[in-house]
Amino acid sequence: MNILNFINAFFSDSAHWQGYDGIPTRLGEHVQYTLEALAIAAAIGLPVGLVTGHYGRGGNALAFIAVAGRAVPTFGLLVLMTLSLGFGLINVMIPLVVLAVPPILVTSYEAMRSVDPAPVDAARGMGMHEVEVLFRVELPVALPLILGGLRSAAIQIVSTATIAAYVSLGGLGRYIVDGLYQRNYEKVVGGAALVALMALATLAVFWGITRLTVSRGVLRSN
Amino acid sequence: MSGFFDIPSDLQHSWLGLIGLHLREALLPVLAGLLIALPLSQLCVRFRWLYPPVLWVTTVLYAIPSLAFFVVLIDYTGQTELTVMIPLTVYTLVILVPAIVDGVRSVPQETLAAATAMGFGPVRRYVQVQLPIAVPAIIAGLRVATVSSISLVSVGALIGNQGALGNLINDANIYNRPELAVNAVLTMAVLAILADGLLVGVRLLMTPWMPSGARARRAQRPEPEVAAR
Repeated sequence: MNILNFINAFFSDSAHWQGYDGIPTRLGEHVQYTLEALAIAAAIGLPVGLVTGHYGRGGNALAFIAVAGRAVPTFGLLVLMTLSLGFGLINVMIPLVVLAVPPILVTSYEAMRSVDPAPVDAARGMGMHEVEVLFRVELPVALPLILGGLRSAAIQIVSTATIAAYVSLGGLGRYIVDGLYQRNYEKVVGGAALVALMALATLAVFWGITRLTVSRGVLRSN
Repeated sequence: MSGFFDIPSDLQHSWLGLIGLHLREALLPVLAGLLIALPLSQLCVRFRWLYPPVLWVTTVLYAIPSLAFFVVLIDYTGQTELTVMIPLTVYTLVILVPAIVDGVRSVPQETLAAATAMGFGPVRRYVQVQLPIAVPAIIAGLRVATVSSISLVSVGALIGNQGALGNLINDANIYNRPELAVNAVLTMAVLAILADGLLVGVRLLMTPWMPSGARARRAQRPEPEVAAR
């Protein structure tokens, strides 16, 4: 019950709804960081994953990148970047992208590899060239898994962008970090609730995207 | 880089002490997660309808950011190691449960029939046939869980003094000594890669029947992010 009281107190305080530290501003910042980092990571990870998956080469190199990417502690990289390069959005974007590329890269590779080879052969037999095979046969079938990789990357970015408040970035993490320093538990719990809600909203968005973009035949066969 | 191993005294640990603390905070949750995931997965294999809801619950719990999870728990468990270890345990489930379920399900029907024909009861069949065949899948899940757990412990530094090597990062920031952050990042990365290699070694020891080399790599589980779908 305690937690609910804190959450209620946080959200019913009108001071939390306006100004540069208001919920709309912080939420907007958080969404902005997430979208930017996800877009950069997808721009790097998707083409490489799709092409390597299509040709079935480089799986070992990708597996190594995945282990290395996971092994680097993002929180440490975040602080290190800020200490050595100074404050700034770019210094925060780098760790977020490093975090998000491995799941996108590896999942899109694995998704392309797991496509049933029979329809791919049939497509080649029908005279499709490689680009057509990739975009018209393999991609639609692999799409649910690829979206799963993007979803997992997005959730990790949402969660880590929270930690970025520690190095003086905006976003919803501000409430948690500031609240902890100010011993204002109401603010901490309110921020935590917002971040958790945003993560769940991310899940919902990806569920919706999957419904809309994945061909019905593929959805049924899963 | 002077003072690379000069750990500030407020951490009350030596470098090796921090490593020990870090490993305990990271590995106990993986162990606890495995102990929860094994029976849970068996239930999901036995009762098929249970698997989708379990997957959903673990996915939703995994989506809750670690920092949010920590601060909510402070109210119940205080600023202790337990506050860090509970969320880490929960996070391992989203990786381990699908890995184990898929591993156990991948045991061919003929193999199970052969075991039954040899007079194996359900328990003995599970322990002596299904689990050993699922070992590669389980270890693949454990590898991801262990590596991400080692990296996540450091976030515990944000809720007070519970980040082990993460506290070193915090100190690097407070005292403006970047070399401490380099030390912490490198140490954690090396610990994670060592733990990963150790688990690969365990798998090789436990599955002498697996083909080695290129064929083994192809037989490996896909990325658990795939499995967690």
